[in-house]
Amino acid sequence: MNVLIYLVPMALLLGLIGLIGFMWTLKSGQYDDLDGAAVRILPDDDIEE
Amino acid sequence: MAEALDLSRFVERSDNGHAHITLAVEGVGCAGCIRKIETGLKKLPGVIDARLNFTQHRLAVDWRDAEIDAARIIETLKTLGYGAYPFAPELIEADEVRQAKWLLKCLAVAGFAAMNVMLLSISVWSGNVSDMTQETRDLFHWLSALIALPAAAYAGQPFFQSAWRALRARQLNMDVPITVGVILALGLSVYETATHAIHAYFDSAIMLMFFLLCGRYLDQAMRRKTRQFAGNLASLKAEFAHRFGAEGELVMVPVSALQRGDRILVRPGETVPADGLIISGFSEIDQGLITGETAPRAVDVGTMIYAGSTNYSGALSVEVTAAGTGTLVDEVERLLARVTAAKSRTVRLADRAARLYAPVVHATAALTAIGWLMAGASIHDAIVTAVAVLIITCPCAIALAIPAVQVVASGRLFRSGVILNSGDAIERLAEIDTIVFDKTGTLTLPDGVVDDRAIDPDLLERAARLALSSHHPLATALTKCARKRFPYPEAVEEPGRGVRTLIDGEEACLGSASFCGLADEALVVPAGEREASNICFAHAGRFARIPVRQRLRPDAVAVVNALAARGLNLIVLSGDRAQPVQAVAERLSIRRWRGELTPAEKITAIETLKSQGHRVLMIGDGLNDAPALATASVSLSPVTASHLTQARADALFIGDRLEPVLNAVLISQQAKSLMRQNLVLAVVYNTLAIPIAVAGLVTPLIAAVAMSGSSLLVTLNALRTRFDRAPSLSSDITSSPTKVLDPDIKKTHRTEADYAVLPPAEAGGGRFQHDCFAHNRLEHDALEIVR
Repeated sequence: MNVLIYLVPMALLLGLIGLIGFMWTLKSGQYDDLDGAAVRILPDDDIEE
Repeated sequence: MAEALDLSRFVERSDNGHAHITLAVEGVGCAGCIRKIETGLKKLPGVIDARLNFTQHRLAVDWRDAEIDAARIIETLKTLGYGAYPFAPELIEADEVRQAKWLLKCLAVAGFAAMNVMLLSISVWSGNVSDMTQETRDLFHWLSALIALPAAAYAGQPFFQSAWRALRARQLNMDVPITVGVILALGLSVYETATHAIHAYFDSAIMLMFFLLCGRYLDQAMRRKTRQFAGNLASLKAEFAHRFGAEGELVMVPVSALQRGDRILVRPGETVPADGLIISGFSEIDQGLITGETAPRAVDVGTMIYAGSTNYSGALSVEVTAAGTGTLVDEVERLLARVTAAKSRTVRLADRAARLYAPVVHATAALTAIGWLMAGASIHDAIVTAVAVLIITCPCAIALAIPAVQVVASGRLFRSGVILNSGDAIERLAEIDTIVFDKTGTLTLPDGVVDDRAIDPDLLERAARLALSSHHPLATALTKCARKRFPYPEAVEEPGRGVRTLIDGEEACLGSASFCGLADEALVVPAGEREASNICFAHAGRFARIPVRQRLRPDAVAVVNALAARGLNLIVLSGDRAQPVQAVAERLSIRRWRGELTPAEKITAIETLKSQGHRVLMIGDGLNDAPALATASVSLSPVTASHLTQARADALFIGDRLEPVLNAVLISQQAKSLMRQNLVLAVVYNTLAIPIAVAGLVTPLIAAVAMSGSSLLVTLNALRTRFDRAPSLSSDITSSPTKVLDPDIKKTHRTEADYAVLPPAEAGGGRFQHDCFAHNRLEHDALEIVR
């Protein structure tokens, strides 16, 4: 059962990373314009002509 | 425009010389618009960044203050084809956004904790039936506590705060049993862990919180969406006034900045921004929005005019006597205050259920504990059973199921052109048995429509293009007939009289009969056309009398028939003269109508209906309707309605058609029956589960799982209608023998009503009609990609 000593903290750490990631997306305003993100991929203005 | 625009109230300046403004943008419909606006603005010297929020139709622009100003940015947008209006977020909206973020954070924390605690719990459960040692189990329980306690302390705040507020006000709400349940379950679990027991209930508490937060967030998201839309509308409709500066120069200021004693100029075709006394000029004024009266009234020096009326013919200098919420508006407000107080007494279904239910939950749990103690059980067993009862009776079905139905229904309403101002409007809409219509702007379109049956199309085209150079409201109606949408060069408007220019070397005039040099006998108005306002056009010896009349909404007849067929009483109450009201009522085969009503009489009429036991839906747009809207059980307004009226309506509908009214009623009725279904499900579940829990056969964990199961069940039931097609009138129209579709509707290709959320043509809004409205949206996107 010694494997728990690092497996449990790892599981928690992974969960925490997910939580922190979510908080970051929330803070950086990635949910402010959900419809916009969907249509912004349509124009290819990043391609040089 | 040559006149200076004073936008300083809306611009935020930072120390490094940068400035920022948020604009509500009109006419955004596709991916191409984003690129067009953003690249178009970034090309301007001095503009640092421009970003369009496509969801909210708001544009944030940053620029270096020294190089360019806000007015220039708005001008640029106008040349790109978009109307833009400075946007000042209302406090309440900012508050909602903050709250949404907070709820989402709580939800995330609860979700994280629930996942990890379940990970540990499942290990314990499987360990309990195999070879787990007590030390390992204790470790897992302590780990669960380590995760669950801080998470609950953070994510539970929305419930704890609300419960505390209710308790301080000596009331019970649904959050009280939730709070008690969560705290008891957590406290008990810590005790169990410390005494090396087999079960701990951290998972139940956290799961409960997670599901409840989902419901809270959904509910809140719906309200926030409406609030945002209303915020945009407010800025689109926010008017500017022309104020005389100290040296007589004109400055454009937002109406909200006007003060008593200011002198302002009101040009023909503009809306009067504030109540005031005319100090020079004479004109005709349309007070339709205020009184419902459609015929214009002549005004002169010394006449009081009121905010919200439309200036027809001449430029007026006005000294402001009351601005913002002026005297007449005050009067309306006073009436409103009275009736809104009466309305808040109707309690929402969910609240009503909660108020009855919360004491029952507490009492059952307490009685269970006492009963078990008296039966000789240990304190520990009694508390475990009580907690199980508390959790299992926790009305998640009510907390989640009704918001879920509301969200689904409001989404469907939104797609069929109805925007809700209040969530409980759905419940009230579903119960109506009587509909009261206002006439002007509600059954009829807010803008006049040119009756072009007897006019040479060639002549009409020239008249319509000439009309593009005029500000007169009648001319604005005429411009819709123009196929080529650019004005003649060198057209000159003589305020109050008409427009003239040279076309093909010959003089062309558009305006009153005398302005066009026509003799009166050339203009004998046939009987039956007296309601129409006339505008004359003369060019190269030919002339035309162009009648502009109020038209019924294109599908009014079909919608009214469909509503009548569903057994609803229909009534028209109007402030307009009896004759036109009767004409409209007869055309729509509505038997009950009354004209020439004051706002107070409208209220009395509705109150009488209500006292007879009818539940009344009022549909109106004028300022004179606002108190009546608030009196009625539930109210709808077209999006073109006046500001104050919109604020009072429970929901707004978009576009030229009346069909959203029918949809609103049908969707609400469906939603209501779904809510009832969900409540029945919840009650059945509880009557089955509570006895089992009281008998002590359910642990808190099983209670939490069962509770979540019931929540999921009711949510899925609510989502069932998510993808149903909005009830459509098309079948009614095609089968209806009284098919009276307006031919004009085809000409104006009003497909934007399907997805655009902006008023199509009020106060010049139509001029910003961007080309993507003309196409199907997908087609347009495809075109953009091909280009």
